[in-house]
Amino acid sequence: MNVFFAALHKELLLQWRTRARVLSVVVFGATALLLMSFAIGPDAGSLRQYAGGFLWLALLLSSTLTLEASLEAETEQQALEGLLLLPVAPTILFYSKALANTAQLALLGTVLVPVAIVLYGAGTARPLALFGLIVLGAGGLAAPGTLYATMTARARAKQTLLPLLLFPLVVPVLIAATKASSLLILGDPMRQLSAWLTLLVAFCGIYWTLCGLMFGVIVED
Amino acid sequence: MTTPLALDVQGLARRYGGRWALSGVSFSLEAGQALALVGRNGSGKSTLLRLLAAALRVHAGEARVCGADLRRDADTVRRRTALLSHAAYTWEALSARENLVFTSRLLGQDRPRERAAQRLEQVGLAARGDDPVSSFSAGMRKRLALARTLLQEAPLVMLDEPYGALDPPGFRLIDGIIRAVRVEGRSVVMATHQVERAAALCDRGLVLEQGRVAWQGPAAELPLKSGLLRGSEEGA
Amino acid sequence: MGFLLVAVGVVLLLSGSWYGLFVSPQERYMGDVQRIMYVHVPTAWNALLLFTFAMGCALMSLWRGGWGWDAHHEALLEGAAVLSALLCVQGAIWARPTWGVWWDWDPRLTTTAVMFLALLGILALRSAVDDPEKRATWSAVATIIAFVDVPIVYFSVRWWNSLHQMQSSPETVSAPFIVPLRLNAFGVLALMGGLALLRARVAARRTARELGPALEPLPAGALVEAR
Repeated sequence: MNVFFAALHKELLLQWRTRARVLSVVVFGATALLLMSFAIGPDAGSLRQYAGGFLWLALLLSSTLTLEASLEAETEQQALEGLLLLPVAPTILFYSKALANTAQLALLGTVLVPVAIVLYGAGTARPLALFGLIVLGAGGLAAPGTLYATMTARARAKQTLLPLLLFPLVVPVLIAATKASSLLILGDPMRQLSAWLTLLVAFCGIYWTLCGLMFGVIVED
Repeated sequence: MTTPLALDVQGLARRYGGRWALSGVSFSLEAGQALALVGRNGSGKSTLLRLLAAALRVHAGEARVCGADLRRDADTVRRRTALLSHAAYTWEALSARENLVFTSRLLGQDRPRERAAQRLEQVGLAARGDDPVSSFSAGMRKRLALARTLLQEAPLVMLDEPYGALDPPGFRLIDGIIRAVRVEGRSVVMATHQVERAAALCDRGLVLEQGRVAWQGPAAELPLKSGLLRGSEEGA
Repeated sequence: MGFLLVAVGVVLLLSGSWYGLFVSPQERYMGDVQRIMYVHVPTAWNALLLFTFAMGCALMSLWRGGWGWDAHHEALLEGAAVLSALLCVQGAIWARPTWGVWWDWDPRLTTTAVMFLALLGILALRSAVDDPEKRATWSAVATIIAFVDVPIVYFSVRWWNSLHQMQSSPETVSAPFIVPLRLNAFGVLALMGGLALLRARVAARRTARELGPALEPLPAGALVEAR
């Protein structure tokens, strides 16, 4: 357990040291939000209606940048190989990295919410629920994202490969998170929110387990 | 033969795609002894070291490393070996000290900060310990990687071109470290182009050529035998 | 074996299609449009079946190793990709006269589109990795992960867009409709199975070429070569 916390501490410190890059990802996400509003036009009603979807699309697009950066720190001087030789169990490496990526994506999502509120008038009466949703959705992106980024960081054409693998996979996350955010923003008369949250929890449960099991296989050289 | 073996290697082989980088390598090394690996660029020295450190999967052959089976018990091999590789294994955004502290914590050691400070002192990086590694020169990065290797306190220390990128004081640092490690009864395998130094420091010598063992014997004979290599190493 | 299966598949498909086009009666409500079912449904079944086989090969390739599993994995991935692409096209052709749109966000059709993209992603991964061993391992992992995703995608799309007709099982369809369906189902299976076997042979040869000669015999006794 101490080893796990050491690994997690290392991940978070690495992210803190590269916070200038995190900031540029935030700017990228905010820009994406701004651009998407041009697709709908200045109609305030429809902007508010689609705000949930835009928020998650912006987060999804930015997530590949975050994930690639988190693996670059490990491949630059082959730190990943060094870690495996210590030896640190691959599952510990995976969960610390995936958790740190979840934290970063959740932070990114949380920062994008005020932008969405300003641009789309997408406020919610249940900010805590929205935050919980963002954490869950970030977890759904981070688990498979970390696994795939570990592969693509060591393949050719990595910039295009990661989204190609990740985006189809996280369609359920996108659907559930978008629906749930829209319910939080527009109101939930039919009480459907919990169903979507359940779907997200199930997705996270399945992929946090599966990817943790698979990580050891793909880091072997 | 009662002396335990640090290395017992039988027909070890490894390919990258279609090219066999190493094939049929067999040798042994008694515990506490030092082995010098010599060979041209691309002769398989680094591959051999990475195989023995369990960084690469073995494609053929068998080996026991510090008593552990390399194929079946890779994690024990990893615990009993420390590898100074070509790559520094460092996180560039962290400071040298943080790199060592985290490595120590991930090894599950006590007093990580103290150990890190000790090793920084030992490799002569104490003054720059809190600078990010990304600002380091190649030689400094090498020293940090060396500190990281020593931190593991493994019974078998493997050094891949330890003299590369170092200045003359750095050369003496390496020599001193190898002697100190040997005094503690630990074993050393070193891949290097510094044949004369290796001959003076090591007990055994092994010449690799195109992934095969071209010669093995007492290290003192290396300077003569590595004449095998002179053909392509005029500049060395 | 491969060529034989392809021949059997072609014969079955030809007879099934002839039956479906000329023998089966016109469907009462949808008319001739309904006849696309005779290729659409078999394509759907086999797309899933091929993906399932690919998943099996991926598991075996990880668990047991061996290049045969990897070669079949590759062939079946391509087969499944071709069938899901066909499925999307047929779905659009069916949707247009039936609902007046090319794409109607039906859960099955949408899942197929997602599956097609996921398969393309895995094939792109395979082409981007030069080392045959990494390629085998990584793509096997990606296949397992994508396969597990298919039912989740299906259910999330269904919840997302819950307004479509339920699946029809063979019990609710009368005999003249079943015969061409079955003929074509086995036809597509035989055809794609045969093509996959042949494709796997090509993949195995390419891998053998990439791996080059096996280790030359050495004096150091018997060496066990692992994958």
